[in-house]
Amino acid sequence: MASQDITPVGKDSAKVSLLNDPKVRGYIFQAVAVLAIAGLGYWIVDNTIANLQRARLATGFGFLDGRSGFDISSSPFLAYSSDSTYLKALMVGFLNTLTVAFAGIITATILGFVIGIGRLSHNWLIRKLCTVYVEVFRNIPPLLVIFFWYLGVLSVLPQARQSITLPFNMYLNNRGFFFPAPVFGDGAWLAGVGLIAGIVGALLVRRWAHKRQMATGQQFPVGLTALALIVGFPLLALVIKGFPLSFDYPVLGAFNLRGGSQIGPEFMSLFLALSFYTAAFIAEIVRAGIRGVGKGQSEASHALGLRAGPTTRLVVVPQAMRIIIPPLTSQYLNLTKNSSLAVAIGYPDLVAVGGTILNQTGRSIEVVAIFMIVYLSLSVLTSLFMNWFNAKMALVER
Amino acid sequence: MGTNLKGQIVMKNLVLKGALAASAFVLLANAASAATLDDVKKKGFLQCGVNTGLPGFASPNDKGEWSGFDVDYCRAVAAAVFGDATKVKFTPLSAKDRLPALQSGEIDVLIRNTTWTLSRDTQGFDFTGVNYYDGQGFMINSKKLSGINSALQLSGASVCVQAGTTTELNLADYFKANKMEYNPVVFEKVEEVNAAYDSGRCDAYTTDQSGLYAYRLALTAPDDHIVLPEIISKEPLGPVVRQGDPQWADIIRWTHYAMLTAEELGITQANVDEVKNGDNPEIKRVLGQEANTKLGTDLGLTNDWVVNIIKAVGNYGEVFEKNLGSGSPLKIARGINAQWSKGGLQYAMPIR
Repeated sequence: MASQDITPVGKDSAKVSLLNDPKVRGYIFQAVAVLAIAGLGYWIVDNTIANLQRARLATGFGFLDGRSGFDISSSPFLAYSSDSTYLKALMVGFLNTLTVAFAGIITATILGFVIGIGRLSHNWLIRKLCTVYVEVFRNIPPLLVIFFWYLGVLSVLPQARQSITLPFNMYLNNRGFFFPAPVFGDGAWLAGVGLIAGIVGALLVRRWAHKRQMATGQQFPVGLTALALIVGFPLLALVIKGFPLSFDYPVLGAFNLRGGSQIGPEFMSLFLALSFYTAAFIAEIVRAGIRGVGKGQSEASHALGLRAGPTTRLVVVPQAMRIIIPPLTSQYLNLTKNSSLAVAIGYPDLVAVGGTILNQTGRSIEVVAIFMIVYLSLSVLTSLFMNWFNAKMALVER
Repeated sequence: MGTNLKGQIVMKNLVLKGALAASAFVLLANAASAATLDDVKKKGFLQCGVNTGLPGFASPNDKGEWSGFDVDYCRAVAAAVFGDATKVKFTPLSAKDRLPALQSGEIDVLIRNTTWTLSRDTQGFDFTGVNYYDGQGFMINSKKLSGINSALQLSGASVCVQAGTTTELNLADYFKANKMEYNPVVFEKVEEVNAAYDSGRCDAYTTDQSGLYAYRLALTAPDDHIVLPEIISKEPLGPVVRQGDPQWADIIRWTHYAMLTAEELGITQANVDEVKNGDNPEIKRVLGQEANTKLGTDLGLTNDWVVNIIKAVGNYGEVFEKNLGSGSPLKIARGINAQWSKGGLQYAMPIR
């Protein structure tokens, strides 16, 4: 009887709670939201297709197999001509984006760390100079920094005939930076083998020295030894093979310097602008990271007898890295995305080449979709790498 | 969220219906304007589409007064229709917007250095003739590159060009066909191309030859630069009208022929009133002074339409020299735009 009395009450409460149960209501609202978003997506796609059909515009990615018909000024990694396909043109643009982003990230990181640490220097002049640098570059739009380098610095360099001559047959003029290109003869492969052997040797020495220091406390000059190994082995290999290495020197042709290797002013200005601009932000991140490490850490380190250099290198920076890496990742992503400003100075990056293709084929939806997919993938890959690095640098609790 | 979306869809539907209604209205308007001449006469002025600013062809001065080769053609049409060259209004149009503006009826005629191509001719437009034969050329700094007088000597040069144009494609084809190397320096905007060429970033600049002459004026030292003789593509420029109005197309076409014929017969802005009453039967016929002539009225105009055109703007040669040739800063030679009898391509059909 008692149980019968209780059951209807239970049923009643279940009936009421089906509408008022926060869990069920939550599901209902989520389902409505999902349906709404799916409906919006369907409507957008349907509307686009209908409009394309009405305008009799072809769709699909088949156009990528067509002959491009235009030339690209800078294609260091792929053999490209006007007979290549649109797909290959896009690849060239993509590789150019990657090149400038990769070079920019490395330079910006080095520069940013130096300036960030410089802002905490005890030297008044260094500290102020670094502050001025950060405030100047952080407060200028990146496009202006690019124009500053392209129009203000590189385009006022002399003409080809009055090139600035640098040591080792290197030249600088308003067409770019020219330097001798190494030409490898027979047997030069041994130098490559030597280089790999040198790197492996250096890594082994480092491990051994670390072990020895842990065991005996004695230090070993790892840096110098590694340098000697990495430079020495390939040199030795070249000497054995009778120096099968020559250089292709740039010489003055009818219009410009010919031969050798060349870096165009478009790449240089974009690379310098992105590096200098992003370095200002990285400097602030580094400064914040170092400030975030407790003062007691360096005081304890000093008390143990470590000098200022090792204290920064071994105690402060490794702890600061945990604070630095997450915002550093966004700066890397920003630099990669800012590289699309290349279009303003004519550097053939993905957006510049894609824009030309869009203009010629009229396939705006496809080309913009490619842009989105490429930049999204680049960002996701950078994030994944930095997350892995972050996990590696995280404080290991013992 | 759900209601919002619904509201949005309803809104979109409204917008869509509105757009449909608007386009139907435009279509109706188009259908009604099949007789453009009547519409123009009713309106009281000619609406002429021109370039936003290409010195020599169409550019406004600081008072907003338009001048140029294409602008004078607009005035000539107004003079032919109204006997008054001031009854014209100009609509500056970008390369992208020019044909839609004509299609939608926003302008009555497009005279904006537009290249006559098959695809344009079949997309609902009619070209009424070629008032300027152009072609892609190269410009170099003759002071710096003093030994160069032909585009075939440009192997190894850096060439400034605008991105996404047929110019860029013609350039690639030309150098490939002649087995020459070059380094393209490509910018999106024409201002950037000009700046890069002026700063010496490139050895050569390529675009339509008339454009080269016009942009040369804006360089720091215009006299140091020469346009090379080679023309690597055909760019016949001419007035465009909507397809399906033969009378209106005839008026634009014969305005051009009237200016050419006047030049051939030596009729100028200065002497038109004088020779009108002379005794040359050909001149009298062209100027509508023949007894019982119906040449002008058959066209839908008055019989003194040619007199009005020449009085207003002058003959073809005068318009050319004033805007593009010796009377202008551009100093473009007549070249292939000379009369057929002088080795050029300009050939007027007989007015009789």
